[in-house]
Amino acid sequence: MLRVLGKVQRIGIITESLPPQEEPVLRAVGAELQEAVAARFRGSLAIRQVDAGSCNGCELEIQALNNPYYGIERFGVHFVASPRHADLLLVTGPVSRHMEEALRRTYSATPDPKFVIAVGDCGASGGEFAVSYACAGAVSNVIPVDAVIAGCPPAPFALMQGILEAIGVRRPATAR
Amino acid sequence: MNRFAWLDAFLGRLIAEDMAVREVPEASGLAPARGISVGADDWGNFGKSARNWNCRWAGCWAEDLGDQLRVHACFEKDHGYLLAHTDLRRATPILSSHAPYFPAAARAERHLQDLYGIAFGDHPDPRPWIRHQAWKNGEYPLRLDFPLAGNPLPATPADQGYPFQHIQGSGVCEIPVGPVHAGIIEPGHFRFHAVGETVLLLEERLGYVHKGIEKLAETRDAHGLARLAARVSGDTTVAHTWAACMAMEKAAGIAVPERALALRAIMAERERIANHLGDIGGICNDVSFSFGFYQFNRLRELWQRTSATAFGHRLLMDRIVPGGVTTDLSETAARAQIDQISTFRPQLGRLMDILNTSPTVENRLIGTGVLAPQAAAAYGALGYVGRASGVDLDVRRDSPYAPYHTLKIPVPIEQAGDVAARVRVRAAEISASFAMLEQLIGGLVPGPVCAPWTPAPPDACGFGLVEGWRGETLAFVRFGTAGRIARYFPRDPSMINWPLLEVLIADNIVPDFPVCNKSVNGSYSGNDL
Repeated sequence: MLRVLGKVQRIGIITESLPPQEEPVLRAVGAELQEAVAARFRGSLAIRQVDAGSCNGCELEIQALNNPYYGIERFGVHFVASPRHADLLLVTGPVSRHMEEALRRTYSATPDPKFVIAVGDCGASGGEFAVSYACAGAVSNVIPVDAVIAGCPPAPFALMQGILEAIGVRRPATAR
Repeated sequence: MNRFAWLDAFLGRLIAEDMAVREVPEASGLAPARGISVGADDWGNFGKSARNWNCRWAGCWAEDLGDQLRVHACFEKDHGYLLAHTDLRRATPILSSHAPYFPAAARAERHLQDLYGIAFGDHPDPRPWIRHQAWKNGEYPLRLDFPLAGNPLPATPADQGYPFQHIQGSGVCEIPVGPVHAGIIEPGHFRFHAVGETVLLLEERLGYVHKGIEKLAETRDAHGLARLAARVSGDTTVAHTWAACMAMEKAAGIAVPERALALRAIMAERERIANHLGDIGGICNDVSFSFGFYQFNRLRELWQRTSATAFGHRLLMDRIVPGGVTTDLSETAARAQIDQISTFRPQLGRLMDILNTSPTVENRLIGTGVLAPQAAAAYGALGYVGRASGVDLDVRRDSPYAPYHTLKIPVPIEQAGDVAARVRVRAAEISASFAMLEQLIGGLVPGPVCAPWTPAPPDACGFGLVEGWRGETLAFVRFGTAGRIARYFPRDPSMINWPLLEVLIADNIVPDFPVCNKSVNGSYSGNDL
């Protein structure tokens, strides 16, 4: 136990402030975000991540949001296990047809009002996989999408900025 | 060492048993593997003989050659790889199964059944596997006459009515999990049968992330195939791209510059370390040891940032291309990698020390999810899953490809086969890869990092064989006309290792499933293709 505490003390707090060149943008977005999360989400934004056919590259970078460098929970953002607890769906993949119905059901299990962000080049457009016998392509071909975070995969910082911007400036799509 | 000392005697035996077997004249693209053709009627007996000769089954795939369907199976013995194939009449594609002799073949043959319409007559489990509802029963997407666009319904329905196994009895309850899982992970379905908390039976149902990768590969050019291979499984982007490029380069007869090969190996070892760090952290998380989770993910993040600075991508995606690599390594970036290794080495030692002596961690990991060495051997378990259960196999050492033939490759082996052993093997592999990186970076020779690409002749085949972080990673490529790809098949180690999770979870408690799953960490995407 002492060694654990020793290590904790030596490493200290490593959570970073955002890179200097992004600082002005983020300060603006941050203020807007705080307001939006306070007003719309009562200070806490719950995200359900749905892999709809991703190669798992996007998942690795979304997981990184929880590492101590990004520590996305400090912005009041946390990942939840059930769509029923979620305000926002973060959907990756060129929607494999085998995940299509699961994605639709996850969407309808998420209470209104809800946001959907399509993540990665696949989620945005189908990416390298496009539309085929096996893939339905962009997430917006299957469920309504409010915002897109492109990249293959988008780096954690891009994800963070995309989430903040999406909930800061957009209104949720009306449910189908 | 002669890797094929056994082959002549084996073939002699098959011929003595009246099997229609002949060695295929040396096809250079398939080296180091050797090829044989087997009569379709003898395919089942051939598999049985391969089992009796203690060959390891390493994968199977098929091709639509127009008049006939060709089925390939890959075996390994004494580190020599044997590629066997047989031709089937298109009108009557019926073949004996290898699954009765090699359990690992069961799902791979069901994959062929669903995508090519090949009937494996005596298959122990002929249920659909990769086909859910995206195409109809009776349609076969990998046949040449099936269009890439397919004939999808406006909305693909869920796959209902899959005949899961059932255990009946008082107190037995069935727990369906997925395809959408609770964490930030890939989708798949797990069906548990449990009494109280004890798992009696786990059945996996995968195929949810089937993206048609094999079909999409057709008619791509070499660079397009490399981009697709990079996305077979995002966490293994380096190994799959390397294997695919190796296969294409052998088929086209392209010699990759020495510096490019060293850079590929540097990327492959970086990928191995990144995944091992993240997964050891994930295992800590699954037993609520958040200290370990945050510490290992701290290291992983720093490691990925160094990858991004050195090569321009955090996961090293699209850095390997046919003929070499896209990005050279600067002096500064090389230095930064060496410096990072020297700070990471003592930190890893201290963290593993803490993990290995924390009673709460030990209590959850030791004796959990035991994969017995016999089962590991019978399935041909790969990578750290095999090595933690006594399977002494590492392609980098056993069938070395440049630049690994110049390196010392320590292969950590454990016998206990539990989650703790898999963690120890992975930690030891990180240390071994640190040393390899130091050697690779120290020994970098100046020179070009990419050879010009010239398209391969029609029908040229290539075989790629790489030790990815999950284990032996294979790629088969056949070129068609105009340098376009006719066939690409990537065999991710997950295809072999996934069924082992069903084996090792039996008699464990349901709450230990996440940590057992994480300790194996199969790729859903690499399995479903």
